[in-house]
Amino acid sequence: MIERLLRWVDDRVGSAHFVSHALRKAFPDHWSFMLGEINAYAFLILVVTGTFLALFFRPSSQPVVYHGPYTLLDGVTVSEAYASALAISFTVNGGLLVRQIHHWTALVFVAGIIVHMGRIFFTGAFRKPREINWVIGVMLFVLALLAGFTGYSMPDDLLSGTGLRIFDSVVLSIPVVGTWMSSLLLDGTFPSHAMIPRLFVTHVFLLPAAIAALIGLHLALVWRQKHTQFPGPGHTEDNVVGSPLFPQYAAKSIALMFAVTAVVCALGAFVQINPIWIWGPYNAWQVASPAQPDWYIGWIEGALRLGPPWALHLWGHTIPSPFWPAVLLPALLFSLLLCWPWVEAALRRDRSSHHLLEVPRSVPLRTAFGVALALFGLGLTLAGSSDVQARYVHRSITAITEFYRWFCVIAPPFGFVVTYFVTSELRASGGVQKSPRVRLRKNARGGFEEETIP
Amino acid sequence: MNAGTRVAFVSLTVAIVASAGFIAAYATGGSHVDEGIALTAACAAFATAALAWGSGILPREQVTDIRSDYPSAPPMRLDETAEVARVQHDLSRSGALLRLLYAALGLFGLALIVPLRSLGPSIDGTLFHTKWRKGSRVVREDGSAVRISDLNVNSVVTVFPQGAIGDPRSQAVLIRLPGDLEPATQGYIVYSKVCTHAGCPVALYRAAARELMCPCHQSVFNVLANGAVVSGPADAPLPRLPIVLTGDGYLVAAGDFPEPVGPGFWERS
Repeated sequence: MIERLLRWVDDRVGSAHFVSHALRKAFPDHWSFMLGEINAYAFLILVVTGTFLALFFRPSSQPVVYHGPYTLLDGVTVSEAYASALAISFTVNGGLLVRQIHHWTALVFVAGIIVHMGRIFFTGAFRKPREINWVIGVMLFVLALLAGFTGYSMPDDLLSGTGLRIFDSVVLSIPVVGTWMSSLLLDGTFPSHAMIPRLFVTHVFLLPAAIAALIGLHLALVWRQKHTQFPGPGHTEDNVVGSPLFPQYAAKSIALMFAVTAVVCALGAFVQINPIWIWGPYNAWQVASPAQPDWYIGWIEGALRLGPPWALHLWGHTIPSPFWPAVLLPALLFSLLLCWPWVEAALRRDRSSHHLLEVPRSVPLRTAFGVALALFGLGLTLAGSSDVQARYVHRSITAITEFYRWFCVIAPPFGFVVTYFVTSELRASGGVQKSPRVRLRKNARGGFEEETIP
Repeated sequence: MNAGTRVAFVSLTVAIVASAGFIAAYATGGSHVDEGIALTAACAAFATAALAWGSGILPREQVTDIRSDYPSAPPMRLDETAEVARVQHDLSRSGALLRLLYAALGLFGLALIVPLRSLGPSIDGTLFHTKWRKGSRVVREDGSAVRISDLNVNSVVTVFPQGAIGDPRSQAVLIRLPGDLEPATQGYIVYSKVCTHAGCPVALYRAAARELMCPCHQSVFNVLANGAVVSGPADAPLPRLPIVLTGDGYLVAAGDFPEPVGPGFWERS
C-alpha cells in the first residue's frame, strides 16, 4: 500500500531520493536539541485552540447588556467582545478549558523560546553558518511577544484595557511619528472602537501567518544546514551523528508533543488563568491594583516602573519619559541580540564555520555576556511586580523600585565579572573533573583494594 | 512481552479509555475539569507509549550524515559567476530602461502603501483639549452634580463635566481637603485622573500624605503643590482643573485644564 503510494508520487515528482534520505536523516540525541520542538508543538496547540476560540469570539466594542450564567455581572453594560469571552468561559461546552489551555500554552510558548534561545546562545550554535537562523529566531521571539500581548488584550476586560492604554502611551512617546502612529493604529484616540477588531485581525491572521512562515523557514534551514552537535567520540566538523529520523527520533519527538499537550491540558484543567469575570469590563476611569501583564511583558512593565522621569523638550516638541524604557531600551536589546553573531565573530576574530558546539565554560566572554543580559532581564521582570512584592515584604513600593533600579545597574556587570572569572578558571583547569568511580574489594590476603568501575 | 511493550500496551489502553472519557464528559454537560482530566490522561498516555516505543521496543541505531551540501564546490561557484555575468550583460544594453523600471517599481510600491493613510484620522487638537469648559458643572459618574456639602474632608470622587460623562480624557478626581488649605473652594480641588506617565487612571489617594498615586507604575503626585511629581516615572505634574463655587453651592469649572492631560507626545511643548 505504502509502496504503491510512494511509486505514485515518485512517478510524478521523483521523490525517492529525498524520502530515503529523510527517513534516515541523523538527529543528535542530546536532550537540549528538543527544546526548540516544544515551541513548534506549542504553536500547533495555539493554532488549534485559537481556531476554536475564534469561532465564538466577537471582536466588537459595541455595548450590550450582559445576561448570562455569571450572575454577578447580570444587567451590566459590557462590550460584545467581553460578553462573548464570558460566553466562551461559561456557556460554550469545553470553552473554558480551551481558553485556559490557549492562554497557558502562550505562556509556555514564550518560555520555551527563551530557553531554546539560551541553548543556542550558550553553546555557540548561532555561529557561521547559522546566523540567518539566529536572526529568524529573534524575529520569532518578538512576534511571539506581540502575539501574546494582542491575544490577552482582546477580551476587553479591565486588565487588558489598562494594558492597551499603556501601549498607546508608549506609541505616543515615539518622537516625530508617535502621535500619527497612535492615530493610525487606533483610528482616533484611545480608547477607540477600531482597536478590538484590529487586534483580532492582527492576532488571528497577521501574526500567526508571519510566525508560521518563519517557523517553516527556520526548520527548512535546520534541515538543509544539518544539526550542530556536541564534541564526542566520532563527532567531527564534517559529520553529524545521531538517531535516524524515522522511527527512532520521531518516537521521541511524538512523545514530547503529547507531553507538552498533557502539561498544558492539566494546567488548563486545574489552574485558573486570566479570570476576566473577576477583573470586570474595561472602563477608562477604572483600574485594578495590583496589576501585572503576562509574565513575558513583565520586563517592559518593569522598565516603565524603573524608568527615569526624564522628558526631553526640544524646540517646542517633547520626547516623554516612556520612550526611554519602553521604546529605546527594547530596540537596543533586540538589536544587540540580532547582531550578536557578528559582534562575537568580530570580538573573537573568527569568521570560520563551526558545527561542533562549545560548552559555556569554554567561552567566558559570551557566557558572561549572556549571564549579564539574563540578570538584567530578571531585574526588569521582577520590578514589573513591585506592587505585589511590596505587600509581601512590608516595604513601600518606592523602596522596592529603588532596590530594582540599583539591581539593574549593579547585578549585570557584577554577574559579568563573576561569570567571566569562574568560567576562565574552569576553562584553564579543563572543567570540573569527575573523580573516577571506585569500589572497595576484599582481596585474597584479607585486605582491601580499590577497583575502578568503568 | 518485554517491559517496553507492556508499558506501551497499557498506555494505549489508557488512551482509549481517556478518549472515551472525554466524549462522556462532554456529553454529560462538560465540566472543564473533567474534560481536562480526560484530555491530560489521553495525552500523557500517548506520550508514555511513544517514549516506551522509542526507548524500549525499537532497535537502537546510530547514523552518520556527512556535511557536503555546502558550500558549493568551486566549479559550481564559477558557473554561478558566469551565469550572473551573462544576466548582467544581457540587461546592460537597456540600462536607462532598467533605471526607469526601478523608479516605476518604487513609486508603485509607495502607491500600494499610501492607502494605509485611511487607517486613522489626521492628528488635530484632540490631545490638547478635554470636554471641560468654563461653566461645566462638576458631576459624578451617575450624572449627579456635586454640591459643596456632599463630600467629607479627605474623601475623593471621580467626576466628569456635565454632558460628557465617561469621556476618557475628561475624567478627573475631586478631592476635599481641609477648608483652610483651599479656602476659595472650601477645600475642594480637582485634578485630571489621566496619569501623565502612561495614561492609567490615577486612582489611589493617600489622604494622610495628600498624594495621588497611579497604580500602574507608581507615580506619586503632590495634591498641595499643583500636582507636582513626588516620585515615580512621570515626567510632568498632574494638570489641575480650575473650579469655582456657584452661589447656590455647586462646583463648576472655570475653564479647561491649563495644559494637555495624559501622557506626553511629540507635538506638545
